Amino acid sequence: MTRSTFKSVEPAQSCITSDAPRPNPANAPVSFKASPEDRHIARLAAAAVALSAAEAAFPSPLPGVKPGIANIVVLLVLYQHGWRTAVWISLLRVLVSSLLLGSFLSPGFALSLAGACCSLAALGLSRLLPSVWFGPVTQSVLAALAHTGGQIALAYFWLIPHAGLAYFIPFLAAAALIFGAVNGVICARLLRAQSIGMPAPLCVQGV
Amino acid sequence: MTPRQLIRPGDWLVLVTAACAVLALTGKIWFPSGNASSVIVRSGGNVVQEFPLTTNAVYVLTGPLGVSEVEVHERRVRIARDPSPKQYCVRQGWLTRPGETALCLPNQVSIQIAGGAGYDSLNF
Repeated sequence: MTRSTFKSVEPAQSCITSDAPRPNPANAPVSFKASPEDRHIARLAAAAVALSAAEAAFPSPLPGVKPGIANIVVLLVLYQHGWRTAVWISLLRVLVSSLLLGSFLSPGFALSLAGACCSLAALGLSRLLPSVWFGPVTQSVLAALAHTGGQIALAYFWLIPHAGLAYFIPFLAAAALIFGAVNGVICARLLRAQSIGMPAPLCVQGV
Repeated sequence: MTPRQLIRPGDWLVLVTAACAVLALTGKIWFPSGNASSVIVRSGGNVVQEFPLTTNAVYVLTGPLGVSEVEVHERRVRIARDPSPKQYCVRQGWLTRPGETALCLPNQVSIQIAGGAGYDSLNF
């Protein structure tokens, strides 16, 4: 995945109906062509955005405690398309869902971005583990813990530099562990269902 | 990818290790070791005095609103009386662990237990 191929994801729609003459033909021709892979990534990112938007509709007992079901998509992508594509999906998810929910550039957005970056780093490192022994559950748990850790670190150094924040760490860490494990098992099930040729459920049809 | 177990052996290892780490962290954060040795009394943000928890006593402080009483009894400390209208700090009751704080806002009086944290391995 290169930068240029990503850029072509958005204007791809306009390519279809761009029969109208260009307003300024003197300019270098700017034509974007969306490769099937681009469309595929856009579709996956849309699935992740839909999941995080759906998740935002549920109340949370504590700010920061969320199931993070959109990360199932990121995990699936990690397994089937590699880490770089997972990075795209994850960052697109953060950006687009923040635009949808109206939190773009807010502290919540910064926390979300920090969490995503940390969990992507953890996912990248976790690929070094032998896959015979460590599956999606490991990667999901490590990513969830890194996500929460990154958020707490940013919240502490930027938003609330008070030691009282530590009081919430056990809640957040336990939630990350539980939801990370659940998401990992869901991802493992989806991968298995697909590998033995069962009809792909849910969003895997896009994958 | 071939069909495999949903949770592989290494996954269990990670789950158990992570669960132990979370539990250990919880213990360290919620139940810090170390002995409560003294109580720091502040008024208007400035440290007024530090009293030992070994001596049972009632200390009287005067804030903008009136008189607050800090009571030390058997290595615990509380705000026994305060003129604040909502009485949050009084209702907080006894403080026993290092780091615990009671704050009486309108009267600008606060108490905090100072922790003789045994020894801190991080600083070694």
